[in-house]
Amino acid sequence: MTARSFATSAFRHAALLSIATFALLPFAVMVSTSIKPANEIFSDTVRWWPQKPAIIENYSEAFSAAPLLLYLVNGVVVTAAIFFLQVLVALPAAYALAKLRFFGRHVAFGFVLFCLLIPYQAIAVPLFILLYYVGLLDSYSALVLPFIISVFGIFLMRQFFMGVPDDLVDAARMDGMSELSIVWRVMLPAAVPALTAFGVFSVVAHWNDYFWPLVAVSSDSYFTPPLGIMAFRNAEAGNDFGPLMAAATIIVAPLLALFLLAQRRFIEGIAFTGIK
Amino acid sequence: MSLSASQSRAGLALIAPASVLALLFLIAPLSSIFVLAFTDYQLGDRSLRFVGLGNFRALAGDSTFWKSLSNTLIYSAVVVPGSMLLGLVSALLIDAGTSLRSFYRTAFFLPVMASLLAMAVVWEFMLHPSFGIVNATMKALGFAPHNWLKDGGIALYVLAIIGIWQSFGFNMVLFMAGLSAIPRDLYDAAEMDGTPNAWARFKLITWPLLAPVTIFVAVTSVIRSFQVFDTVHALTQGGPNKATEVLLYTIYAEGFEFFRSGHAAAITIVFIMLVVGVSLLRFVSLKKNGASA
Repeated sequence: MTARSFATSAFRHAALLSIATFALLPFAVMVSTSIKPANEIFSDTVRWWPQKPAIIENYSEAFSAAPLLLYLVNGVVVTAAIFFLQVLVALPAAYALAKLRFFGRHVAFGFVLFCLLIPYQAIAVPLFILLYYVGLLDSYSALVLPFIISVFGIFLMRQFFMGVPDDLVDAARMDGMSELSIVWRVMLPAAVPALTAFGVFSVVAHWNDYFWPLVAVSSDSYFTPPLGIMAFRNAEAGNDFGPLMAAATIIVAPLLALFLLAQRRFIEGIAFTGIK
Repeated sequence: MSLSASQSRAGLALIAPASVLALLFLIAPLSSIFVLAFTDYQLGDRSLRFVGLGNFRALAGDSTFWKSLSNTLIYSAVVVPGSMLLGLVSALLIDAGTSLRSFYRTAFFLPVMASLLAMAVVWEFMLHPSFGIVNATMKALGFAPHNWLKDGGIALYVLAIIGIWQSFGFNMVLFMAGLSAIPRDLYDAAEMDGTPNAWARFKLITWPLLAPVTIFVAVTSVIRSFQVFDTVHALTQGGPNKATEVLLYTIYAEGFEFFRSGHAAAITIVFIMLVVGVSLLRFVSLKKNGASA
């Protein structure tokens, strides 16, 4: 019996470790190459830890060859602005759809469900034309504006608000609160778990988004991290892989660090937003 | 009466900002796709001319479009089963024991979190014909090295493997959520009833009870695979010789490189029909299963 359960456990770990190798290999290659001098990168022998680490050389070369810090700051500014505005717009609408009876409520919710089906890339061409005519292309606004209306956020928060007891809302009304202050002072504190999940979803999506920034901006002062790494790669005419992998590590690190610190939150957030 | 009137006013006021923005950034663009597709508009034109079905007729005879559509479907046909199977196997294996659960879960989820663009650059290096670890491994095992991204016969499948790598952890998390909802005592009961074999228990309990999650994962995976773009743009630009041309990439090239907005809009309509079609399939299957969304 114990022999059998040992065999089962060994098989489980063997299988999982081989999947883990597949999942982690690119990260290992990235970090390992980012600390290797050029001659070791181009050598035939595979070595994970370099004989003569070139950590400082590669990373300082990465930071000096491209404004990586600026790209990171852009990423933070853009994702934070998008999430903040999404919440500002979505929460009142979600509350109204969940708790208030008004004319057109069903139409509005049906409309939300319909829009959930449309990936944003499908409307990128007209959005681009719109921003072109109002002269907003190549700006922070171009990166942020199209996403401040999140039907997904409205849908998710509405589903969550449906489960908040009516008594809580009625009590607030008895206290003489306006509907708008109920949204921010009663519903928002009650909705922290759902809001966290939506935050994870939104931040991950927009931090990593490539299609829209590629279309919307062209000056590198507005580049977000994914555009930055591409610009870096295209600018490195040669095969300067050490600094390139250092740059990739720098770009990938912030979100991964956040994920590792709060992985339970992240995974639950993604599962929550996925299942609902 | 007065309560419902004030609720009605408050409701409309609260959805007003969202409605205005939705009109501006969702409805207007979506409607204009359906207008643009019937015009010869090019970005910067002062006027546009309706060309009826002209754009669609042009598409029907455009070999790039057909290549792009079939490549998208092939990519999807590899990535969806691949990432679902790997996601399900990972979830089942993690769930089968108690040790190192969170290590594996975290490891498998890392690719989902990491910027695909940065990781595409890493994959490109790994697949480098001379210095890449993939060819080094091939050589060590006695196989011939390949120029993975430049070989038209395999480039699309290489991108599909990167797609599987990137997305299976996402599917794993959804499957694990589904598994945790299956009551333990069902397995105990099955064992007592003489179903000692793990595979038999899987067929009898896990698979049927997981069906709603599986359908959801399938639909999500299909839609996400239709949206493949980052790796194509970063690694192959649709090449070599259109071997990795996919729908979003064609839309991007037509709309934002050649500025043939009308033509891009026509391809976009095909893309929308594919995505919406798959989503509607989900609603149909949910109705049949009686599960709730």
